[in-house]
Amino acid sequence: MEPIDEILTEAEALELPTEPMRLNMGPSHPAMHGTIRMVLDLDGETILNVDVQPGYLHRGFEKSCERGTYVQVYPYADRLNYVSPMLNNVGFSLACEKLLGIEVPERCAYYRVILGELSRICDHFTCNGASAMELGAFTPFLWLLKVRDWIWDILEKETGARMTHSFGRIGGMAAPPTPGFKEDVRAILPEIRKVIGEAEGLLLKNRIFLDRTQGIGKISQERALALGVTGPMLRSTGVAYDVRKDHPYSLYDRFDFDVPVGTDGDNWDRFMVRMEEIRQSMRIIEQALEQMPDEGPINVDDPRIMLPEKREVYDTIEATIAHFKLVMEGMKPPKGRVYSFTEAGNGELGFYIVSDGSGTPYRVRVRPPCWYNLQASREMLIGDMIADIVPTFGSVNMIGGECDR
Amino acid sequence: MSQKVVAKLEKELGDAILAKDDFRGDDEVTVDLKSWVKAAQFLKEDPDCAMDMFGDLTAVDWPEREAEGEARFDLVLYLRSVEKKHRIFVRTRVADGKEAPTLSEVWPGANWAEREVYDMFGIEFKDHPDMRRILMYEEFEGWPLRKDYPIDKAQPLVEYRDADDTLKLPPFGIEEGQPFGRIDWEGRLEGIGEQVSPSIGLQTGERRALSDSEIAEEQSAELDKRTAESHKPEEAGASAPSEGE
Repeated sequence: MEPIDEILTEAEALELPTEPMRLNMGPSHPAMHGTIRMVLDLDGETILNVDVQPGYLHRGFEKSCERGTYVQVYPYADRLNYVSPMLNNVGFSLACEKLLGIEVPERCAYYRVILGELSRICDHFTCNGASAMELGAFTPFLWLLKVRDWIWDILEKETGARMTHSFGRIGGMAAPPTPGFKEDVRAILPEIRKVIGEAEGLLLKNRIFLDRTQGIGKISQERALALGVTGPMLRSTGVAYDVRKDHPYSLYDRFDFDVPVGTDGDNWDRFMVRMEEIRQSMRIIEQALEQMPDEGPINVDDPRIMLPEKREVYDTIEATIAHFKLVMEGMKPPKGRVYSFTEAGNGELGFYIVSDGSGTPYRVRVRPPCWYNLQASREMLIGDMIADIVPTFGSVNMIGGECDR
Repeated sequence: MSQKVVAKLEKELGDAILAKDDFRGDDEVTVDLKSWVKAAQFLKEDPDCAMDMFGDLTAVDWPEREAEGEARFDLVLYLRSVEKKHRIFVRTRVADGKEAPTLSEVWPGANWAEREVYDMFGIEFKDHPDMRRILMYEEFEGWPLRKDYPIDKAQPLVEYRDADDTLKLPPFGIEEGQPFGRIDWEGRLEGIGEQVSPSIGLQTGERRALSDSEIAEEQSAELDKRTAESHKPEEAGASAPSEGE
């Protein structure tokens, strides 16, 4: 190899022939959130084209749903977005309840709202913390994950599991709230506020963080809508579309909260929208704690849908039969199809369920928010530098379980 | 919720609308496959509909419809209007082996959705810019979300290592272990009506729920048969396999 000629003039250097380089990033790369492969065409460090290839975590969720009863979908639904499994549980419960045409008791609805919003806080903290860490800011990551652990402690106390709870049921929840539930949640809310302030204090005036997020990974409002982008990513472009506000499901029309929007649709806006949403979630939780009744049923009173009390199963023949029928055949909704959508951590999580009247779902289609957000990431990456993939991809918050199903 | 949109679409397309449905408040319009793109275009561009947000595109497989001479697949499109806050489902029917027109010209978001439908159901989209598999790998054979694709089918297209010291075992075959699915689609499509779980058979009306007297009759008949068999001296050895039944 010849030594590099150091006396090239600028004009000569510009005439050096270059050709685009093809580079594989992933599927297993330390800076990638999930297992995903990107085939990049590079001109120097500028990205000319990128082929995003998902599918490395495909487990056949939709196929698996067609094999069991409706309740047996819950463990799979947990694993869609494993950062905020409770939101998936609630989303699937609401879809089944819409299919059945029932509504859960008020106390259960409040319980779901509180647990769901706690999960959303987890989701946003994980996303923002990890994005910051990938840019070299390790301390905010640790601080934010500290909060996630506090929330997981509460969820563990309520559900028995830290991550994959499988806690939702059709027409209710697996268990009523524990006696100290409200106090536990009230105790951590001020602590969370403190941590947000601390983390923002470290990041928001950091030159490196600003340079690597502001104006990077931009997407326009029209393109975002046409590509089906939802959630914080859509709101960062200035569209105030939040399912909780636009199509209030459950009890969300009773709470007073704001929908934060950005202006540019860049990494910075996405970061800030998520941070503000955490504050809004806490507002919702505070109001829900205030309004939630301490007494009352959690589950709907219908033996065709809910499992009977264990004690009754042992003592009475009716409950034994009901239990057997529900376990062996499952809940049987009427024929038809419904689409029920909720606001999950990354956007609109929809369940399209087709029922043929039997105890097994005929088809369960998940509209994963990540799928469309990831599709849009191609346009966001083209034209940026290769180093910008890390913060952009981090703020898209692609969750493999949900995207690849 | 979006009755106005349905009425407008009906006026625009006329005969091309095959059915309407509003089960649980989800308005759905079934259109002819020929008007699929036209309907999508209209919904996007009409100022009263203004469906500016692409929601979702998916398919549903109805293999039993083929016997009735109807198209096998349903394509379902879900659209929203951010400004007007209404949404609509548009459905069309595609026969097996037929191509569907692509919507990725109208909504770029349909690109990956159509690739997924192709990957999972094998419905090809005409003029799609990038018709490749997206979730499965290129070498994968078959269309996983079709009902006649067995849920427990394994495809080890990458061969397992044949080395002595590895502890890696191939996965269970279909005939091994407990059946995973509750519905035997292969049997159902062949008309055998075999169900993995008898309760499913009852549920779908393929098996009669036996009354107690009928069960008793069946059991006593079975018992008589067995005692008669075991008393035959020359077939004494043949009764051994019947124990394992």
